[in-house]
Amino acid sequence: MSQLSAPHVQPIPLRNLAWWALAVPVLLLVAYLVTFDQGAISQAGDYLHELMHDGRHLLGVPCH
Amino acid sequence: MIRPLFVRGLLAGIIAGLAAGVFAYFAGEPHIDSAIALEEAAAHTHAEVPLVSRSGQVGGLFLATALYGLAVGGLFGLAFALVRGRIGPRSGSVLSITLAAAGFVAVVLVPFVKYPANPPAVGDPATIGSRTSLYLVAVAIGLLAMAAAAVAHRIFEVNGEPVRWLATGLGFLVPVTAAWVFLPVVSEVPEGFPADLLWDFRVSSLGTQVVLWGVLGVSYAYLWHRSERVAGAPQGVPA
Ligand SMILES: [Zn+2]
Repeated sequence: MSQLSAPHVQPIPLRNLAWWALAVPVLLLVAYLVTFDQGAISQAGDYLHELMHDGRHLLGVPCH
Repeated sequence: MIRPLFVRGLLAGIIAGLAAGVFAYFAGEPHIDSAIALEEAAAHTHAEVPLVSRSGQVGGLFLATALYGLAVGGLFGLAFALVRGRIGPRSGSVLSITLAAAGFVAVVLVPFVKYPANPPAVGDPATIGSRTSLYLVAVAIGLLAMAAAAVAHRIFEVNGEPVRWLATGLGFLVPVTAAWVFLPVVSEVPEGFPADLLWDFRVSSLGTQVVLWGVLGVSYAYLWHRSERVAGAPQGVPA
């Protein structure tokens, strides 16, 4: 690429990013399991909820 | 072209989550223990056997912050791929730090000012549903306000720096202050709960998030810088 003197950054085209948008719900699900899940999705009952209890409080998420 | 940006985000996110866990362990756990002691003293009865022991919960702290960091880091990597070349600093490292600072303000600081973190024993279990919804609304407003600021920053590019920064600031502050004023107040601190414990807990909670986003921005910048050096040429190659 002949951009040695002027490093003008080429944005990544949106259509290339569209596929990666599929990762967003997966990542949000992980965040959800940590912060809000009470067994409804994980089917682990309150176990995950209780296990990650202190993290939830210290990350500033409403807990109980 | 996008995959390394994403993978670096996941990696930086786990590092950030573990660092936040270490901070939370030393700065926050003592306050959680004090709050739980108060809670149990108030309840008198503790016949119920806990599902997870206290030491298990302390280990779970690191699992929670690492997973949360992983998720935030992945989203951060994709946001970086979206933003780069469109808005913000040209240097990838500077962009990384800027994006982390913006993310912290939008996702943590905006909700925290209205709905600060609470230790155990603070908060009415009956209202957890509405409090959770309000918290998520505050996060969404923080993100939308940050996006509005970014759009304004770009639209007013040609109007000179003072106008441009004024528009950027207003784009952020108008929706955020409106939300702070108009969202319902939550006030559920029990009578007699020690004010200094509440304050110390909240500071440690905010500190945990500062560490998480700070380490995320810095380690992503480092990984970017390293890959750039390895490549040995300026990037910006179309994907
Ligand atoms: Zn709790």
